[in-house]
Amino acid sequence: MNEFKRTPKPRVSELPIAAIIPEPGNSKYYSTGDWRSVRPVINKDKCTGCSLCWVYCPDTAVIKVEGGKYDVDLNYCKGCGICAEECPVKAITMVEEGED
Amino acid sequence: MECAAAAALAAKLAMVDVIAAYPITPQTHIAETLSEYVANGELDAEYINAESEHSAISACIGAAATGARVFTATCGQGLALMHELLPIAAGWRLPIVMVNTNRSLSPNLNIWGDQSDSMASRDCGWIQFFAENAQELFDLVIMAFRIAEDERVQLPVMVNAKGFYCTHVIEPLTIMDQEEVEKFLPPKKIPKYALNPDNPTTWGCVAFPDVQTEIRKQWDDALRNSIKVIREVFKEYGSLFGRNYDIIETYRMEDAEVGLLLMGYACGTCRVAVDALREKGEKVGMIKLRVFRPFPFDDLAAASKNLKAIGVFDEAISVGGVGGPLFGEVRSALYSLERRPKILGFIQGIGGRDIKVDDFIRAYYEIKSVLSGEKRIENDFMFLQVRE
Amino acid sequence: MKEMFEVRWHGRGGQGAVTAAELSVYAAIEEGKYAQAFPSFGPERRGAPVVAFSRFSDKPILIRSDIYNPDMIIVLDPTLFKNVNVMEGLKANGIAVVNTSKPAEDIIKRYNFPGNIKLGVVNATRIAMDILRMPIVNTAMLGSFVKATGIVKLETIINVVKRRFRGAAGEKNAEAVRRAYNETVFVGGDG
Repeated sequence: MNEFKRTPKPRVSELPIAAIIPEPGNSKYYSTGDWRSVRPVINKDKCTGCSLCWVYCPDTAVIKVEGGKYDVDLNYCKGCGICAEECPVKAITMVEEGED
Repeated sequence: MECAAAAALAAKLAMVDVIAAYPITPQTHIAETLSEYVANGELDAEYINAESEHSAISACIGAAATGARVFTATCGQGLALMHELLPIAAGWRLPIVMVNTNRSLSPNLNIWGDQSDSMASRDCGWIQFFAENAQELFDLVIMAFRIAEDERVQLPVMVNAKGFYCTHVIEPLTIMDQEEVEKFLPPKKIPKYALNPDNPTTWGCVAFPDVQTEIRKQWDDALRNSIKVIREVFKEYGSLFGRNYDIIETYRMEDAEVGLLLMGYACGTCRVAVDALREKGEKVGMIKLRVFRPFPFDDLAAASKNLKAIGVFDEAISVGGVGGPLFGEVRSALYSLERRPKILGFIQGIGGRDIKVDDFIRAYYEIKSVLSGEKRIENDFMFLQVRE
Repeated sequence: MKEMFEVRWHGRGGQGAVTAAELSVYAAIEEGKYAQAFPSFGPERRGAPVVAFSRFSDKPILIRSDIYNPDMIIVLDPTLFKNVNVMEGLKANGIAVVNTSKPAEDIIKRYNFPGNIKLGVVNATRIAMDILRMPIVNTAMLGSFVKATGIVKLETIINVVKRRFRGAAGEKNAEAVRRAYNETVFVGGDG
């Protein structure tokens, strides 16, 4: 079987048989961060490490960082705001991406 | 108006009795618009939300067998799911009208337009038209009912319109009011033999080997002969509403040496390519097939006279076969011509890949280099847009 | 209008770029012109960059392929510059209209607009927030479209907008169209 190449425009000769994707979990190579027009900012001082933001994020874009706290993987965050909504101590604010 | 909305409006003006459909992108706007018409009372019809396309076409068949005027829409996997019933709809001589929004067959999962779905059903005995734009789609749907219901025809009609490029495009549309449409398309007559407990008939009974052949021939004769009715109806429509349609339409073919032959939405873009090539002094024109079934042998032979070559453009491939399905059929149809043009096939637009003016121009120069002997194309057909 | 005028609208799913392209075409058709509108076809996804197209002509439009060399681009969301090459294929001496809170000079410098492009800027987000209380800028951008090209009359766009959005919403959106028309400023190009 052809080695799977992560290219948006593969050649006939580069396609795996039946155009299957032989590599598990490869959706991580598709960055959806650019869909966002607002992004969550987590105040680490307020964060209690309860992990609810991590539980609720529909995109698994919340990651655990040092100190038992949480932060956002901006490569995937689509800016839905569910984490900010669910945070019990209101440690998360949604900020406009803005033009800068 | 959006192409899909135009198709729905045509079915509404035709005052259909029954609509049975299942949603599938990119047909959805047709089903949604019709269900809105029924819900708000603008169309007095029975709208059946079938649980699958297989059930949808079954409901259409049942309704049509009782004599109702029936409409449905589908495409792609939906049409494929209907497949086992399509010959029944036609073999039972039911004048159902379907808009098929040409969508690529899986695999892979592709919602965009190509002709693989209708081509995979080309032997199912339905009349098949191909529309180029909103106006044609609207007009062909209305004419489809008239043709289908003609006593000399009594066959279902599939009006094909390329997914997205001929469903989701918004463009100008000239319509008629209900009265004008009714003058052209009167209310449906219920045949004497229609399913009715007061006059019982038996449909779809067993046929032994000693009679199936005759049954097929009767059906084939009917589909073949329908071309006369199609021509008549096109003419009448033109005289009533000023839009003249023909079974085959030619563009700048008068002194052409090469013809670019195709069906459907890409004809518009092809005309632009023909103009560009003509500017350079190339003697080329376009042959557009509006009717695919019944196959227009005579019209095609007439349009192909004196040509050195014909490039046939398919948006599908008969996998492992003669190339594009239309290409195979055109070659076969022109085989008995005394002077056969060189016929080459080009496959493009698969899975909704955009067909550009440049694609036609490239194909034309491929044809030229084959004619001059510079080049040979294996099996006489090629994928025009492929990355090998 | 020259033979054919092609416009590419850049937005994010849910911002109404597709509707804006449609309404521009309905307006043109109402004025007796030929026009064609279509989205970049695909499954709709809120927030993802989307593209819509519209063509305008005094003659019937035959071509049905995508637009590769637009005469004009309209950018509904300035954050798109980061993710999408919105200027791809834009014709020399073409027009760009951008929704932004920054001045035109800033946009030109930041995104390397060639001097021969006529650039229009409008703070459509501000206009939409003021009038509609929502950052939906598509109707405002229609006002800018009219000012930039004059392909259709302002009044026709307003009629078409009022028909699409009935009642109070129609009035408000019409106001947004007018205000954007007045506030769009242009630099560069051939004047």
